[in-house]
Parts: sequence; C-alpha cells; structure tokens
Amino acid sequence: MLSGKPSVFLLMVNGQIESADFPEFDELYCKYSYVYGHDWAPTTGLEEGISQITSKNRDSNQCFVWNFPMEITFKSTNPFGWPQIVISVYGADLFGNDVVRGYGGVHVPTTPGRHKRTIPMFVPESSSKLQKFTSWLTGRRPEFTDPKVVAQGEGREVTRVLSQGYVTISFNIVTKDLKKLGYDSIPANQTSDNTGF
Amino acid sequence: MDYAVQQINRKADEINYEREIQTEVAELLEDYQEEYENKLAEYKKKYEEWKAWRKAKKAKKKKKKSSDEQETDDTEESSMFEEFPKPDPPEQVDVSLVEQQVRTTAARIRRKPGEPVLTPELSMTATVTPTNQCPRGEQLRRQDVQRSTLYAKIIFNNKEVSRTSSQTLSADFRIHFGQIFNVQIINWPESIKIQIFETMGMSSTKTEVFIPIPETTVLTGSALIDEIEFSNAHRITFDHEGVGSGVPFSFEADGSNQMILLTSGKLACSVSWAVREDGVPLIPPVLHENVGVQRSLKHVDAILSIGTSGLTDMKKLARWAAESRLDPNDPSNACLMQLIMSATSGEALDHDYFRLEQLQEEFNFVSDEVFNKSKRFRLLQLRNEEVAEFHNFKQVPILDREISEKIFQEYEKKCHEKDTVDITSHLDPHRALVARFLQKVRDSVKNRFLLAKHHYILSDMVVEEAVPSISMLGISLFKLAEPRRPLRPRRKERKKVTAQNLSDGDIKLLVNIIRAYDVPIRKSIGGKPALTSRSARSINETFSTSQIPQSPTQSHEWFTNQTSVRPFVEVSFQRTVRQTSTAEGQNPNWNEELEIPFRAPNGDYSTASLQSVSDDVFINVFDEVVYDVLEDDRERGSDVHTRVERHWLGAVQVPFSTIYSQSRIDGTFRINTPPVLLGYSKERNLSSERGWEAVRSLSEGSYLSLFITVEPHLVPGEAVNEKLETQEDEKLLQKAEKFQKEVKQKFPNRRCVTLVTDLTGKLVFITRFIKALSPPQELLDAFPQDYEATTELVARYVSLMPFLPDSISFAGICDLWCTSDQFLNLLAGDEEEHAVLLCNYFLAMGKKAWLVIGTAIPEGPTAYVLTYEQNQYVIWNSTTGQYYGQFDAFCPLQSVSCLVSADNVWFNVQKYETVMRVHFDTSKPNLWKPFFSRNFPFPGLSSVQPEELVYRRTDKAAAVELQDKIEKILKEKIMEWRPRHPTRWNRYCTATLRQFLPKLEFSRGGEVGDDHSAELQNQLGDYRISGFPINMSFSELSPIIEAVHSTGVHNTMIPQVEFALAVYVHPYPNNVLSVWIYVASLVRSR
Repeated sequence: MLSGKPSVFLLMVNGQIESADFPEFDELYCKYSYVYGHDWAPTTGLEEGISQITSKNRDSNQCFVWNFPMEITFKSTNPFGWPQIVISVYGADLFGNDVVRGYGGVHVPTTPGRHKRTIPMFVPESSSKLQKFTSWLTGRRPEFTDPKVVAQGEGREVTRVLSQGYVTISFNIVTKDLKKLGYDSIPANQTSDNTGF
Repeated sequence: MDYAVQQINRKADEINYEREIQTEVAELLEDYQEEYENKLAEYKKKYEEWKAWRKAKKAKKKKKKSSDEQETDDTEESSMFEEFPKPDPPEQVDVSLVEQQVRTTAARIRRKPGEPVLTPELSMTATVTPTNQCPRGEQLRRQDVQRSTLYAKIIFNNKEVSRTSSQTLSADFRIHFGQIFNVQIINWPESIKIQIFETMGMSSTKTEVFIPIPETTVLTGSALIDEIEFSNAHRITFDHEGVGSGVPFSFEADGSNQMILLTSGKLACSVSWAVREDGVPLIPPVLHENVGVQRSLKHVDAILSIGTSGLTDMKKLARWAAESRLDPNDPSNACLMQLIMSATSGEALDHDYFRLEQLQEEFNFVSDEVFNKSKRFRLLQLRNEEVAEFHNFKQVPILDREISEKIFQEYEKKCHEKDTVDITSHLDPHRALVARFLQKVRDSVKNRFLLAKHHYILSDMVVEEAVPSISMLGISLFKLAEPRRPLRPRRKERKKVTAQNLSDGDIKLLVNIIRAYDVPIRKSIGGKPALTSRSARSINETFSTSQIPQSPTQSHEWFTNQTSVRPFVEVSFQRTVRQTSTAEGQNPNWNEELEIPFRAPNGDYSTASLQSVSDDVFINVFDEVVYDVLEDDRERGSDVHTRVERHWLGAVQVPFSTIYSQSRIDGTFRINTPPVLLGYSKERNLSSERGWEAVRSLSEGSYLSLFITVEPHLVPGEAVNEKLETQEDEKLLQKAEKFQKEVKQKFPNRRCVTLVTDLTGKLVFITRFIKALSPPQELLDAFPQDYEATTELVARYVSLMPFLPDSISFAGICDLWCTSDQFLNLLAGDEEEHAVLLCNYFLAMGKKAWLVIGTAIPEGPTAYVLTYEQNQYVIWNSTTGQYYGQFDAFCPLQSVSCLVSADNVWFNVQKYETVMRVHFDTSKPNLWKPFFSRNFPFPGLSSVQPEELVYRRTDKAAAVELQDKIEKILKEKIMEWRPRHPTRWNRYCTATLRQFLPKLEFSRGGEVGDDHSAELQNQLGDYRISGFPINMSFSELSPIIEAVHSTGVHNTMIPQVEFALAVYVHPYPNNVLSVWIYVASLVRSR
C-alpha cells in the first residue's frame, strides 16, 4: 500500500513516577497507561505499568515515593494525538477494599530534555449523599469506566469530581526526525539547554 | 454701576441723522410706489372688463327685441351685469406726508442728534459687607459656602487616573486648582472626563464634564484654556437664604414668575499632548484609516444606530447611511462609502447569510487549494468525519507521496456508485437498486445517530453501585440462607460491560449445546428403503391427534438400529469452528459449552458497530460415520484403520444481532433439515404413543436445545427515544400514551405496540398497516381446489422475501415498519414486514387473521400471524412460512402480548402469556383489553397501505441466468476451499440433481425424498452418495456461499471423492426468488 518505508518520527520517553502527595491516605500504589491518537504506535517499551505499594513518609512532608520507572518509544506520523500519560492511584480503605484515590493525566512533553510535571489528581464523586454513604459502606466507590477517560474531554460534563492529591513525574524526552518532517517543537531561543519546566 | 458718557460731534451727528431719515423716507416711498403701480394695473384690467360688459349689454338689448322666448334668461343675465360697478383710479402718494410720518416716529424713539451716548458698566469696586454686619440668613449662607469643598477627578478611558486636591469655595464661587496632571497613556484615547465633586460635610454631589481629546496639533505650551460649561440637575435645598439648586423660587411678593436655578458652572482647563525634553511631541502615531473610521463613527455613530452586527450587514449599513445622510464627499467617510457603494451596486447583495467565523480565512494554515490537493489532508478529514472506510485508519502517512491512490479508490467507487447503478457487482439490477436505496437510508439514519453517540450519560463515564433498596436487601439476606451448591442451579444475572473499553479477544460467544430430539437416523445400506409413512398432510391432519400407524418392520428396525446415528454439533461463527463430542442415538444429549471468539469489524467495539454485525452463528448437526478402510484382513487383529466422514443433518442459524440485542438465547429450536437427506430417514419414536410425548411428536422435524450468550455481558444499544413527528390525531396520541402507560403498569414485561415508525421516520398508528391485500393471482391459481395448499404457498411466498433485520440495516436504532408495497419493492425486511404482509394476504383470502405482537425464540420481540380456521387457532411464523397449532410445544412464539387487526389493538391482560395458555377470544374485555372501546370508538383510520399491490412478472430468463451464475460461483468457491485436494465434478449426478430440484420446489420441500433417493440409487448404484438440497430466499450471493460453507461438504478428505452441485432458481412474482442448491459428495463403493 505504501511505497517504501513510511517516514515517521520517533518519540522516546523515559522517566519515572517519582512521588505523590495524598495527605489523607496511606499505602498507595499507582497505575499508568498512555493514551494516544490514531497516528501513533508504541514501538518498544511498556505501555502500562503498576507500581509497588508505598507507605507514607514518616517525616513532616508525608509524601509517597514510588520512583517507578517507565520507558516507551512511540512512532508517529502526526503530532495530533500526542501521547498523554494517564495515572491512577489506588489504595485500601478502612475495610481493606481497593479504592481509587485519584486520576490524572498529562501530555508527554513535546520538547526534548528533562521535564518534571506535577499532576493534580481527582476522583469522581458519588451522585448523591445516600450513594456516597452506601459506597463507603460497600467499599465500591464510583470509578471511571476507563482511566483513559481523563485524557479525553468528551463526556466530562456529566461527571462531578473531587480533587485530591498530586503526583510528580519526571520525563526525559528524546525525539528523532521531528524537525526533519517539519515540526519544530523547540523554541527558537532555546538551543542546547533544555532543562524545561 | 457707572455710566460711561461719550461726547459726540453734533454737526456730524445731525448730518448722519438727516441721512438716515432720508434713506428711510426713500425706502418708504419706493414701497408706496410699488403698491400704487400694482393698484393701477388692477384698475386698468377692471376698466377693460367694464367696457366689454357695456358693449355686451348693448348687444343684448338689441337681441331682446328680436326674440321674446329668451326673455327670462336674459333678464336674469342683465340683473347680474348691472351690478358691475365702474372702477376708481388709484391715488398717488404724497411725499411730504410720508416724510412727516417718519420724522415724528424717529423723534419719538431715536436718540436726538448731538445727545451723548451712555454705556452702563459694572465694576467690583464696592466693598462686600462684612459678615458680622449681614443679617443672620446671609451669615449662615456665607458659612455654608465656606464649608463646601470641591475637588476634581480626571477620568481617562473610564478609569480614574488622577485627582486634584480639595479646595474650599471662595466667596465669589470660584476655585483655582492650578494643577497640571501628566498622564502617560497606553491605550488609544477614547474619552477624557473630569468629575467634579462638591462635598459639604458628609454629603457630596458629582458633576461630570466631558473634555474633547485634543487634536494632534495641540501641544503643551500652545494649548489654550477652554471654558467648558457644566450643570447638574441635583436638587439641593437650604434652610438659609441660599436658593439651592433645582428649587423653584420667586422674586415677586405674590410668588408668581417662578425661577429654578440649577447647579452650574464653568470649568477652565486645557488638554494637550506632552512634548518630550528634546522637543518631540508625544503624540500617538496616527493611522489614517483608523482616524477616518473613528471620525466617521464619531460623527454619527454607526454602531450605536445599527449595532455592531449591523456593520457586517451591508444592507443595514447602506440603509443607515441613507437615513443619516452621510456626506459622501467627506474623506473620512471614504472607506465606509466604498463599502456601501459595493453593497448597493448589487455585487454584494446576495450575501444573505450570516457568517460566524469571518476571520476563518485568516487562520487557515494552508490555502484551500493546497488543502484539497493533499492526499494526507483528505485522509485525515475523512477519518475525522468517521467515514466507514477510514474510521479507524491507523498511521496516516506524513508525506503525500507515501499515500497511494489505492486507498481512495474504493471510497471513490462507493461515492460514485451512489449515483450510478452498477450491475456487475450484483447479480440482479433490481437488487442493486434496492441495495443502493437501503444504503442511502442507512447512511442518513447513521448520520443522525453519529451525533447522538457523542452524548454521554453518567453510566458511560462513571461506574457507580446502585443504592440498594429494601427489597434488594431482603433478597440478599434471603440469599445467605440458600444452599451453596443447589441441585438445580439457575443462571445468574451478570454484570453488564459497556462496549467502549473492549478490544479484540475480549468478547466470546458461549454456546451451550444441551440436547437434540428426533435426529434423522441412517438407513441401512443395501436394505430395502425404509418406508416412512410421512405423506403430505393437510393442516387438519397435522393438528388432529391421529397417530400415524407404524409398521412392525419399522419397529423392528428401530430396535436394531439403536445407534444408527452418531451426531455431533459444530458451531461456526466468523469462520471459527468449534464442535462437541460425538453422542449416540436419535435423542442425543451433549450438555457441552463451546467458546467462540468474537471479532468486531475494524476492531471497533462501540455499540453502534456491534449492532451492525451481520454475521450469523451456524449451529450444524452432523453425523459422524466411521468406515473401516483396513485393506488387509490379516491386520485386523492388530491395527485399526478407519476413516471418519461427517454427514450434515441440519442447521440452526442465529444472527449475532439477535444474540446481542437479547443478550441470551435459551430454548429449543427446530433444526432446519433439508427436505431430502440421502441415506437418512426420519424415524418416529415408537414410545411416543403415550403421555406428553404424544403431544410433542405432533410437530415434525428435529429439535435442538441450546443456550447462547455473549461473554462478557454487553449492554445492548438503547433505542433512541426521539420525539418523532407524526400526522396522527392529537387525541389518538394521548389515548395511545395513556393506554400504554396503563398496561405497562400491570404487565411491565409485555410489549404494547400502538404507534410505530414508518420508513420516513413518522409515527403511524399500527392498525393502519393492516388491510386486506390480495396475493399474486399466480399463487391463487396454483391450487384452485386445495385451499390449504394455497395458504401454505402464500406463506411460503412471504417467507421467501429476504430477511434483513432493522438492527443491521438501521444500526439498531429504531424499528422501522414498511408498508407492504415498500416491502415488495425493497425485497428486504424483518419480522414485522413479513407478518404484516402475510396477515394482509390472509385477510384478502377471507381468513380471520390477526397480527400477534409477542416474543419468540430466537428473534426476541417479534410479530407473528394468528389465524382462526376450523375451530382452532394457528400461529404462522411469517419469516419461515411454518405454522404451529396453539398447543404445539415447539412453537417458537413464547409469549403473546398484543393482537392487532385492521380496526383495533387488544392487549393481553390474562394471567399467562404463553401461547398454550392464552385464550384468543378478543371479545372478552377481561381477557383482552381493547384500545378502541365504546367510550373511545374506532375513528376509522385510513390505511397507509396501497389500494392494491402491483406485482411484476419475474423474468424467467433472468432467473436461469442467475442460476448459472450462482452455480459457477459456488463451484469455484468449493474448489477454493479445498486447496490441497483436487475437486472432481460428477456431471451425470449433477444433471440428475438438477432435474430433481424443480420437483422439490413444487412440493415446497415436501416429501418426495424417498422416490428421489431410490431414483438416485438406481442411477448411481455404485456410488455412495451423501448430500442434501438447501433452500434459501435470494437476496445476495454471500449468504448462499456462507450457507454452503457451513455445511462442510467440501471438507470431505476421502480420496477419489467426486462432487455434484446443482442450483435451481425458481422465480415467483415480483422478483422473489427461491434458490435451491443441491450439494452432494460421491464416493465409489467397491
């Protein structure tokens, strides 16, 4: 169908889910996955991952450290649908049920270099007080049908969410052939020093 | 007050005085002279008239003497003439008299010559009376004045930029601020305003003064101080002698002649542009157009008069320009005038639209031309529009040259086909037309629902547990007590899964094969052909309980051939095949679960996509035949060498769309066995003479019990409850709504249908579809004597109409009902269309017929036809043409909820809804709730059906052509399916089969099989033949190919096998085609 090898550009992402800040909870783990457009395909690396359970730091700032590495390479023909990382954080509630503590997502940075992102997290809220109570009782809190919902804007208007916590991720981005294909993602005044953020 | 006295030179003054008087006299004289001349002219004219009158009078007098008859008239005339007086000449004016008049007036009102000129002058030399000497009122007033302080705020572009210091009002009501405010501006100056605040104690009043923005030439230093007047209508009253503001007062003692003084004053200020230290004026750069537009707008504000949107509306603008009489020659109006000119000259008049994104062109990243030419952009655009071919297209190449033209070829072809009929791809031009029409309807409906797809509800986004109600809690408590492993387990409701997060391999089809009844058994080879006593029976016989006498030979055979069949079931779906183990005997019991993976088209697992899956699940029953092929008898002791052959016995076909919408299918199905199964015979169970078995065996054929479901439990798409338009009466609609609500409350599970959607998307009352319509005359003439045969033939004709579920054609959104003529035109429809047509035919044939709305297996909600003949009710399945007695255990109709006739709808309000326990007597309102009753009589709704159905005669030659085409294609396909084996065709057998097929059609799949097999046996004696005819209605080629493939005839791996394939297409009126395919495999027996 296509003549010869199609031209693509590559986006290599590595980094780690460093830490999280959820003041009210303890013993959390997280999952990550990527959401990307039709023109994107992962070539190597893990598309999804699930981290270890970590307990709160005993010191005053009480952050959760996962230092959970991730590495993936995408190839693409179109910057539309640039990959987004979607993180969901889970933890056990009082009765030991696995409960989602936060959803969050962010676009993978578009410029090469090291970037650090802090993602604010949120969870869907129960639609009524009674449901809130029963869900607390049964340990089945409202969840998104798919964590990838947080990477889309469609259909959000029907949900209500509660904001809680932050997750910090660091990315190291390397791109290949992006400029060759006419997409210039590096600002003009920024040449070699790509510390980002 | 002083007088300034001006001494004047008396002489010069006198001369001056005299001259003035003379001038005045001369002017007056001129006036009089003019008047005199006017009068004189008038006099002359009158005088002439008078002279003429005199002449006439004299002439009349002469006449009077000559004729006496006209006397009276003349006297009348003469009396009129006599009144005409002789005019007086005007008088001349006396000059001295006029001069005298002028002089006396001047002496009275003018300054006498030589008198000094006095000018009054006001001076401020007098001392103001000291406060302590003033009356008390005045003292208070002065104190008040001293107390009031003023300051001014400078407002630039409606923002306060600066304010002066507060100053007290001096005694002469004057304030000197003497301050210069420098304002550095960033925005274009729009307005400068000074607000003057007067505060007295706590209260303060505000007055606003607008100051014009200085011209660019006005610079600091050269600016003049302007005095700007202001006033304020504020009402202020005092209790002292100050008059206040806005308060009426009077100087007169009686209070008349009132005056109202308002707070007013003058502001002396100057505004100018600053000059920088080096002398450069700090004036904003002047944009010419800007100034032009601004000025013209300032002049007579266009935006104010017609609104901002009016500026884009040329017509409005032009009208405004005409109304406000805009100066077309003013250069500042130039651009406006140009716009208006172009608008009024008619070029732009056709812009009768409103554009939301006027600047869209500015934001286009490439020109339209480039955009249209680029293949990449086109591909991206098509994908974004969710065009079926490109919906999930992955990795659109980044460079144009990497996209081959081939990608678009198919799409373009399809677009092209929409306009032109392509005959070659379809076997029949009419079907091509229908397919095209269906495609169009489908596209339009699909587009409507693509929009609806983007509406989300909470359950689409968030998984949330439902709040448990008391009853649920009760049940769950009750559940605690129930046994862990019950002896008779029940199927539990499973959790539903929304379709959006599924991918390939997630969905499985679970088919649970339980058992089969009355599977055909093998006939002993070489023995005498089993004499089955099945003969064509009339409806009467079928439902009478008479038992067919079984011959003793058969009973003997029955016992000896106990294991004469080894059936197994094979389920094939999307070319994936699974099979059960082999069971033995006529009534095998498998109880096995088969798992078949499901693949959605294009990997799209959305609800709409799943609904439109048109694949069928084929459940085939085979007989496993084992042949001993051991060549050498000596090895028999040590070796086993057998060949396994499978012989197709029948099939059950369930569309995936049904499984998806029903979510589970549970029941006993009739196996579609071919009318002729070479080498097999259908034996009656001898033990069936007693008990319920007797009832069951009344219906012929083999049955298969199975359970099919989809794992995980998918949520079937919900019908979109759109408010559809309708032409029905408002009263009827209300009644329908009420009726539906009422019955829904009592029987939530029963389906009440009153209003249905027709093909144009309008709601139509259901009874309008029922109308007696005569079937094709050809069918009625076929069996002029045999009434039952005719009925069956009509039912068969209807069943031959291709079946196409709405859910596939219209993406499962709504149930559309076609009228019978539309149905005959389209030649595709689902149960409703078939049932309506059959019901209409039966009515025309003089039967009592109703439309039954209920549920059946496997269709789910469906429509059947009920007839009443010879004191019993018969239920017709219109899509298969089969009929069942009311007490038939294998009737696929499971429940009855509504009966529809041409003039009423009855809802089943009986306790039971199963066919066997329902009384069909609609006259009893306690059993059937009528829609139209005494208090709401039938309003006589006219039918939507045509007066008469017009049938086209089918072209026999076309049928023959189609027959050859199908045969050729099928032969090619079978060879294709056997890639590693040679496929030989037995011509002789094919010819025999071909001759046989028309007979089958004539007997409607009746019992001619035995003669036929005997005949075959005679002709092809040394061959072992296994094969069968398949009958289908013709719609498209692919279902035929699929059906042949599912029988697995081509799977025979015996060497030296030969095949025979014959196709017969029987044309019925109106292009309804019955296709018979006879496939057989032949093995030469040694």
